[in-house]
Amino acid sequence: MTATSAEPTRRDFLYIATGAVGAIGAAATLVPLVAQMNPDASTIAAGAPIEVDLGPVAEGQIIKVFWRSKPIFIFHRAKKDIDAARTVDWHTLPDPEADDARVKKGHDQWLVVIGICTHLGCIPLAHQGNYDGWFCPCHGSQYDSSGRIRQGPAPKNLYLPPYKFVADSKIRIGEDETSKA
Amino acid sequence: MSGHSAYQPQSAFMKWLESRLPIAGLVHSSFVAYPTPRNLNYWWTFGGILSFLLVAQIVTGIILVMHYTPHADMAFDSVEHIMRDVNYGWLIRYLHANGASMFFVAVYIHMFRGLYYGSYKAPREVLWILGVILYLLMMATGFLGYTLPWGQMSFWGATVITNFFSAIPGVGEAIVTWLWGGYAVGNPTLQRFFSLHYLLPFVIAGVVVLHVWALHVVGQNNPTGVEPKTPKDTVAFTPYATVKDGFMMVCFCLVFAWFVFYVPNYLGHADNYIPANPAVTPAHIVPEWYYLPFYAILRAIPNKLMGVLALFGSIGILAFLPWLDTSKVRSARYRPLYRQFFWIFVAVCLGLGWLGAKPAEGGYVTAARILTFYYFAHFLIILPVLGFVERTKPLPNSISESILAPSGATK
Repeated sequence: MTATSAEPTRRDFLYIATGAVGAIGAAATLVPLVAQMNPDASTIAAGAPIEVDLGPVAEGQIIKVFWRSKPIFIFHRAKKDIDAARTVDWHTLPDPEADDARVKKGHDQWLVVIGICTHLGCIPLAHQGNYDGWFCPCHGSQYDSSGRIRQGPAPKNLYLPPYKFVADSKIRIGEDETSKA
Repeated sequence: MSGHSAYQPQSAFMKWLESRLPIAGLVHSSFVAYPTPRNLNYWWTFGGILSFLLVAQIVTGIILVMHYTPHADMAFDSVEHIMRDVNYGWLIRYLHANGASMFFVAVYIHMFRGLYYGSYKAPREVLWILGVILYLLMMATGFLGYTLPWGQMSFWGATVITNFFSAIPGVGEAIVTWLWGGYAVGNPTLQRFFSLHYLLPFVIAGVVVLHVWALHVVGQNNPTGVEPKTPKDTVAFTPYATVKDGFMMVCFCLVFAWFVFYVPNYLGHADNYIPANPAVTPAHIVPEWYYLPFYAILRAIPNKLMGVLALFGSIGILAFLPWLDTSKVRSARYRPLYRQFFWIFVAVCLGLGWLGAKPAEGGYVTAARILTFYYFAHFLIILPVLGFVERTKPLPNSISESILAPSGATK
């Protein structure tokens, strides 16, 4: 130890103060540089909720609507589709979830899911695969009539969008029961 | 290493310049007098070819940007405009698109050359790692560029690749939204990909300077793997290496031209001549041929996160190669066992590439799993063990002895 640790000088103060202000400034500058890449105001505005009339959807039919540039599958399930989804022991599935947790109470025939494969984002094909649901052509994931992953590399069931029934045959996608009307 | 001759400025102007900015002397010592091993074969000419291709891609790319419109509604039509209306637009675009494929042909030959002759071993570890970084930058640039025509493969390729990041636990979805600038791949994605596709080639050029710098510090490896010891072991870069590089470059350009003029779409996908449609995924989605082995590795693993990790790991493992290969002998010429494993490894990489283009089902997946296991075993088991068990052949005392010795000596 040499005896250089005398009183702090004004240069020591300047050194630390300059470094601290510089570091805070650099960190603050990074915020807009990074944030500009997130969805902009017009993209968010265009992502407002949409209403879909379910009247024209026949039993067994799957329609595709777009919300926030994502395809939403609306499946009018027949009784056999519901039964197939409910007889299987869901505890043994890759992403265990009961069928009645994936539909709205009292609207068991309507399955509403985001039509994007949870593997790498392709759009699965309807009424294909071994489980009467969807088959993803990209990497072979198969979903059942509840949109649950049954086979293939996808880790999750098809995601459920936020939605609610505003009438018996009309849904509003983009907000659910907990959102403020 | 000492040069064969030092630069002596002749004219008064060059003397004046040299005492202020010694750039002519730097060029002379790096590319004229620079000593190269006298036994380099044609596999050593691909560094020059890659430099040429980088310049060619930048030149054709800058021209394409003069006619291209980076907007989701106009990009596809502007590419057709280049193909049909712009003078020689078809030629410039085919040169750029096939140039990317040729770039990967050349880099794969360059990399396997390094693997065969042990060019990654001390003291060339940093040189090798810079090469791995260049390869990663090339892959990123190629991927970004492929999205710009905004065809079906562009759109869905961008969707699949950006979704790799959704495998990250917790923050994955937020990162993907940030990458897209929206709730799906769309116009904001295209515009930022265009900006980055223009940027990265210049980053590559910068890292190439570091790569060449590192090369000129440690010197070139050579087919014997024995370092040059006396001036008898080397020849001047110019004219010897210059002419050899130039000859091979012209031969390579003949192949390049054959693709451009006779089968310009052979390496592409017909689906990319369909405008991007966010509602329909093409039935058979495959990446460009140069990513196929890695795509096969991704699909071989039945777990999303592990598949993505294996894909990145299969490239990242290359950076650790200098320490995974425990053998003291560089060149496969003197490593009889390694030489066989090298060719098996080449076959495994080609096999993975073939499987990457096949549908992910049945026997193809099983085969991809076996080859993926072998790919990693090559680096993690075979190379470390081989260094201890292999009986290598005796090395020549010097480069000149290896080529000037009477016939019957070590070949």
